[in-house]
Amino acid sequence: MKTLELRDVNLKFGGLLAIDNLSLSIEENQIFSLVGPNGAGKTSVFNAISRFYDINSGDINLYGRSIKQLKTHELASVGVARTFQNIELFNNATVLENLLVACHSRKNTNFLSELLFLRKVRNQELEYRDVVEKVIDLLELQPYRYKRPSELPYGLRKVVELARALSLKPNLLLMDEPGSGLAVEEKQDLAFWINDIREVLGITILLIEHDLNVVREVSDKVAVLSSGKLIWTGKPCDLEKSNRVVEAFIGE
Amino acid sequence: MKVLFRESYEQDLGLFRDNNQKFRYFLLLCLAVVLPFILGDFFLGEATLFLIWAIGGMSLMILVGHTGLASLGHAAFLAIGAYTTVLMQTKLGTPFLLSLILGGFLSSLVGVIIAIPSTRLHSIYIAIITLAIAILVDDIIVLSESLTGGVSGIYAPKIVILGVEFDRYSNIDRLYWLVLIILITLVLIYKNILRSPLGRAFIAVRDSEISAAAMGINVKKAKILSFAVSCFYGGICGGLMGHFSTVFNNETFNLLVSINLLLMIVVGGLGSIHGAFFGAAILTLLPVFIAIIRDGISSFFDVSFYSIPGLETFIFCLMVIFCILYEPMGVNGLRQKIRLFCELFPLGGKTFFSKQKSFLKTDRLK
Repeated sequence: MKTLELRDVNLKFGGLLAIDNLSLSIEENQIFSLVGPNGAGKTSVFNAISRFYDINSGDINLYGRSIKQLKTHELASVGVARTFQNIELFNNATVLENLLVACHSRKNTNFLSELLFLRKVRNQELEYRDVVEKVIDLLELQPYRYKRPSELPYGLRKVVELARALSLKPNLLLMDEPGSGLAVEEKQDLAFWINDIREVLGITILLIEHDLNVVREVSDKVAVLSSGKLIWTGKPCDLEKSNRVVEAFIGE
Repeated sequence: MKVLFRESYEQDLGLFRDNNQKFRYFLLLCLAVVLPFILGDFFLGEATLFLIWAIGGMSLMILVGHTGLASLGHAAFLAIGAYTTVLMQTKLGTPFLLSLILGGFLSSLVGVIIAIPSTRLHSIYIAIITLAIAILVDDIIVLSESLTGGVSGIYAPKIVILGVEFDRYSNIDRLYWLVLIILITLVLIYKNILRSPLGRAFIAVRDSEISAAAMGINVKKAKILSFAVSCFYGGICGGLMGHFSTVFNNETFNLLVSINLLLMIVVGGLGSIHGAFFGAAILTLLPVFIAIIRDGISSFFDVSFYSIPGLETFIFCLMVIFCILYEPMGVNGLRQKIRLFCELFPLGGKTFFSKQKSFLKTDRLK
């Protein structure tokens, strides 16, 4: 079954065609990488999927259901989580609170019961905490629970952001350049975790990444974008065999 | 340095961090309850005013400190609360507590009506809208003279609950206790908001709206709820302030009050309940403190010292500038730093706090 399907998606900013007739389909439990030079429209694809941008034409289907009409915040409740290229954490809250925010889409208490902090709210908080602690164990964040993201080094902030996305219990995880700015060892950890997330949690992953080593190591399928157009799809091992891909990346 | 051992997840959900903290707040509560037996009538009046301002501080803290929406016209909501409470009592004869709560609700309703269009806006533009509302409410009060008494103002009736009178002049101690009970209730509700998903939604909206939306928070709804809660607190504060000043007009809730409220929480420390209390303490106790020092000097040197107009405002503004330049987290931040320094005494260095100097997003009205 296809997890995500983009059909003839067009996105225009004024006269600029950011996404040009893009069609992609991502299978269940697949790690799908999106690569391409700067300004190719990779992040625009992400923003279109996560409903920050309204697409001009085409359709985006999640499990066969169109998500074109959903609002940005409703996307979390159908199981789509994302991370951001420039880390967007809640800097003045603790790491734990950051992760708990992601449980918000499963909330079933109302305003009044929260004001009075009834037993229902308390039990829900404990449930959230269980979910969050599992993520903390998976990504080895135990020492940083009560630290603020602004006190943590860059690499760890990336991990916290990944953890926050996982606390949402997603079916589809969109990762926008998780490897940028990380050291070699951190990138290896990252590749390990990405594989782990797929195998242990059964999450489908859509990945934007510039580091082709990471792409080759983790992904099942790669799509190359250039100026908003899809120019190549295939297995990661064949990536450098295609002339068009090499041309788009390095030039003639 | 004390290390807190956590044994269960429920420990993080409590109102207090540990038993030690619980005990300290209990002592503070005891002190607050017995204060009327210690202080004279004048100082008790000042203490009551401090508690009322603290409610106002909390009101704005929810909006500015926790949700990151700057409001420059919060006095408008205080005014709505005050006029509703008093008019309900005099025209309709509803009991005090009911009219106070209804005043809060009406203020909250107006807040929501304003919030619905202004959630499309960001930071400084919300400040401008609320500023406009403050001026508008001021004008409405003056124009609807038959109801509100216009510029000449209206008298607040005596507060009577179950046959017991609460009057500022004859039994200030009872009024003080009444305000204290209301304040504690509001603090508990505030604390509940902060430890429930609602408070986290507020903080998320403050720190990063896009990732809040990506995490499933309805940003618009969170902002409207924040306005609702904040304006409810503002209405309660206004109702109490109206009764405290016994007679009030549109000038009681002018623009200066809004700005004072905003400066108060900046000096106190944005993003914490403590900050509202510290700010309120500075705002209300500073004039008293200055008066005491002035009297001391004039009696010591045997010269008559006239009060210098605007001295309090001058000192207050100096404090604001000091806070913005050196201590972005206000008095509360200073308190935390001093405490940490004492706990780690020989280990703390000069550069120890440089890393913690992070601004809240609202500090800069980005």
